[in-house]
Amino acid sequence: MSIVQCDVLIIGAGGAGLRAAIAVSEANPQLKIGIVSKVYPMRSHTVSAEGGAAAVIKEDDSLEHHAYDTISGGDWLSDQDAVELFVNQAPKEMIRLEHWGCPWSREQNGTVAVRPFGGMKMKRTWFAADKTGFHLLHTLFQTTLKHENLLRFDEWFVTRLLVEDNRCQGAIALEIATGKMTAIKAKSTIICTGGAGKVFPFTTNAAIKTGDGMAVAYRAGIPLKDMEFVQYHPTGLPFTGILITEAARAEGGYLLNKDEYRYLQDYDLGKPSSKPVLRSMELGPRDRLSQAFVKEQEKGRTYEGEYGHFVHLDIRHLGEKIINSKLPFVRELCIKYENLDPVKEKIPVRPVVHYMMGGIDTNIEAETVLPGLYAAGECACVSINGANRLGSNSLTELLVFGAIAGRNAANYATQQNGFSKGLEAQYKNEANRIEQNFLKKKEGKVKIADIRKAMNNTLEAGAGIYRTETSLKKSQEDIQELKERFKYIKMDDSSITFNTELIAALELSCMLDVAEAVIQSGLHRRESRGSHQRTDFPNRDDEKFLTHSLAYQKEDGPPDIKFKPVTITKWAPGERIYGR
Amino acid sequence: MKDLITLNVFRYQPEKSKEPTYQEYEIPYHKDWVILDALNYIKDQIDGSLTYRWSCRMGVCGSCGMMVNGKPVLTCATFLESYTPGPIRIEPLENFPVIRDLVIDMSDFLEKLKKVKPWIIRKDVGSEDREYLQTPSQLADYKQYSMCINCMLCYAACPVYGLEPEFIGPAALALAQRYNMDSRDEGKNQRMKALSHDTGIWQCTFVGDCSAVCPKNVDPAGAIQRYKVEGASNWWKTLLLPYASKD
Ligand SMILES: Cc1cc2nc3c(=O)[nH]c(=O)nc-3n(C[C@H](O)[C@H](O)[C@H](O)COP(=O)(O)OP(=O)(O)OC[C@H]3O[C@@H](n4cnc5c(N)ncnc54)[C@H](O)[C@@H]3O)c2cc1C
Ligand code: SF4
Ligand code: FES
Repeated sequence: MSIVQCDVLIIGAGGAGLRAAIAVSEANPQLKIGIVSKVYPMRSHTVSAEGGAAAVIKEDDSLEHHAYDTISGGDWLSDQDAVELFVNQAPKEMIRLEHWGCPWSREQNGTVAVRPFGGMKMKRTWFAADKTGFHLLHTLFQTTLKHENLLRFDEWFVTRLLVEDNRCQGAIALEIATGKMTAIKAKSTIICTGGAGKVFPFTTNAAIKTGDGMAVAYRAGIPLKDMEFVQYHPTGLPFTGILITEAARAEGGYLLNKDEYRYLQDYDLGKPSSKPVLRSMELGPRDRLSQAFVKEQEKGRTYEGEYGHFVHLDIRHLGEKIINSKLPFVRELCIKYENLDPVKEKIPVRPVVHYMMGGIDTNIEAETVLPGLYAAGECACVSINGANRLGSNSLTELLVFGAIAGRNAANYATQQNGFSKGLEAQYKNEANRIEQNFLKKKEGKVKIADIRKAMNNTLEAGAGIYRTETSLKKSQEDIQELKERFKYIKMDDSSITFNTELIAALELSCMLDVAEAVIQSGLHRRESRGSHQRTDFPNRDDEKFLTHSLAYQKEDGPPDIKFKPVTITKWAPGERIYGR
Repeated sequence: MKDLITLNVFRYQPEKSKEPTYQEYEIPYHKDWVILDALNYIKDQIDGSLTYRWSCRMGVCGSCGMMVNGKPVLTCATFLESYTPGPIRIEPLENFPVIRDLVIDMSDFLEKLKKVKPWIIRKDVGSEDREYLQTPSQLADYKQYSMCINCMLCYAACPVYGLEPEFIGPAALALAQRYNMDSRDEGKNQRMKALSHDTGIWQCTFVGDCSAVCPKNVDPAGAIQRYKVEGASNWWKTLLLPYASKD
């Protein structure tokens, strides 16, 4: 076991982590910053975001509009002080990124161009063609290279936090290439590990999105907030789950059922028109569109294929020129992965899990309940997204709250001196745990892939777009049983050099923890709101549930669920109106 | 009965043996599977010790480059179907040290990337409230070079990098040009200085293998050619007129 020391440790080098790193460095260039990532930073999943990032920049728009769209989109579960801070900081952050070189798409006069997006009343989504996340991540990564005080730990995997004397003092990580365990002591720590879409079977999320950061925080006693809110994106490719960005609908794409009918008009989302209308039809919010799909399926109006039911997304009428200039990646993905050209053919799509609204509970300063520990990005829940995130708010959130977390963690670090004595025992224990439970494991029987698959299936069946008391209870039983079976996993690989089987096992254990929190929070929320739809409680219930759920891990069995109120500043809960 | 296809996979397990071997795996053939799906099948169902990198499975994270039948490709963007009836040979990217099985060591690239200063360099810092203006045609000037996903296929294809590991290489050069040609940037001379000692650049014979294998049409060969033509003359100018040059 070796020991490394730094002032601020950042876990995760996606959009949130890299933005935080720059903020720490700018706040205090003397600080030594460690940044750990289980993949090279430019492989982080931010890279695959397509559509864009929202921020008010045009004359006809206002912060007020952006806040209202976000809050109504989130079905009034967003904390309104957080939303106000967010919309306020958003333009500054986006301009900063522009100054760092992000190749935003432009108007003829050289100002940045904006596009419409689902649930947004004005055009305010900045975009870099349809590779926004890719450009955002590479711009941030390349910009960090000029900061000399940044120490990167590329391809290191964090297995637990170091907590002593009620303060977070870093983390323990495994260097994947060598299998060496290292204690990274830090005066403050920021978790930026992204989402957990991989707990579900059909997802737009990459292999690395396994909720590790959520799990290590949860195991350290920090609550996970609003975990029942899981966003399904209405348009993923059926087999691979590859995302066809909302921008395809924003540019004017139609959703058609098997009768070639724009079925959204039957679901209180407005009337079809040939040109896209903001906050209407195909530009309604994602939760409502995904729910409409399930209803269509029940009516027998979807297609059935090898990989389940699907409908069509039709962009042919946009023409080759628009498709090539505004949606080049959509075309590339369809040709390369679905073997069809959207200029000539309709694209088969289905709802797929896309985003976790919930995450590590933080306040608007990005602080968790544990002193010295911060969280930002998709792994955190501050919460601006409420019960349903609006597309293109997430990339902006990474920047705004990544920066806030960085500044605050820098400040906290400068006020600390020294570390607690008891840390040593913690890293000895952790190294032992990894060795005994995984590397030296002899009698395992159960395949990692089998547990993963069973977990995926039970979540889709019991905690999918529509849920009930019975379905959720069944899923929780399954997950608890899988956690038991996990103790008997079979390891083929006992080597210490780049052991990806070990990583897969550690990730699976994190996913099981995240899964139990998702289900249990869903069970306790006896209402329907945003992405959380209970057929046994079909209405929103503001009297009882205008609250955030908090899941606390227990020694054994499903977590305890507590609730805390939503912060309302000036937008009283109202009806969500789209298309009328 | 399902069709089967054979993959012949390069194995290197330094803790077991210093010599690499090839291992055969027979797997079910699916028309819509890419090579990466086949590797994942092996990992999940046959041999959990097989080691490779992947993440996005949509051709954008740059993790999954390997040699397939001797050519560098993204395995998530290459269908089994193109190689029927097999067998298909899978090896780690050429020109890199191998850590294990199909995982290469690319730390050299990260060092080189830093050398070309891939960030905006300029004297003034613009107003916090307004973007720098850049017209669509100014954007178009460098856009192609900004599309690099750092997948390393071009390094695996580059005959110069194979012989001259000091060579800064195709992707890093394309990224240097990406910033040089950005209307917001003023750092061209600094980057050119960093490159002036790189003898590899002059050995590049514009064979263009790098551009041919690039999955994102970055055209690094074009970037290198451009550097040679105008970059060199600029560099001389800075030597002759030290005071007139801008950083
Ligand atoms: C296909 C797709 C398209 C999207 N499009 C949009 C869009 O157009 N607009 C928008 O606003 N949002 C979009 N989103 C959502 C948005 O991209 C994500 O929410 C966001 O990028 C998450 O960023 P992050 O920095 O929080 O995490 P990530 O980018 O996922 O980074 C997580 C980091 O944590 C590291 N990490 C994780 N676990 C560990 C561990 N155990 N040890 C060490 N390191 C670890 C990883 O290596 C990685 O560096 C999209 C999402 C997907 C999936
Ligand atoms: S230039 Fe092309 S081949 Fe080379 S690393 Fe970049 S994307 Fe890959
Ligand atoms: S897995 Fe990301 S590029 Fe292939």
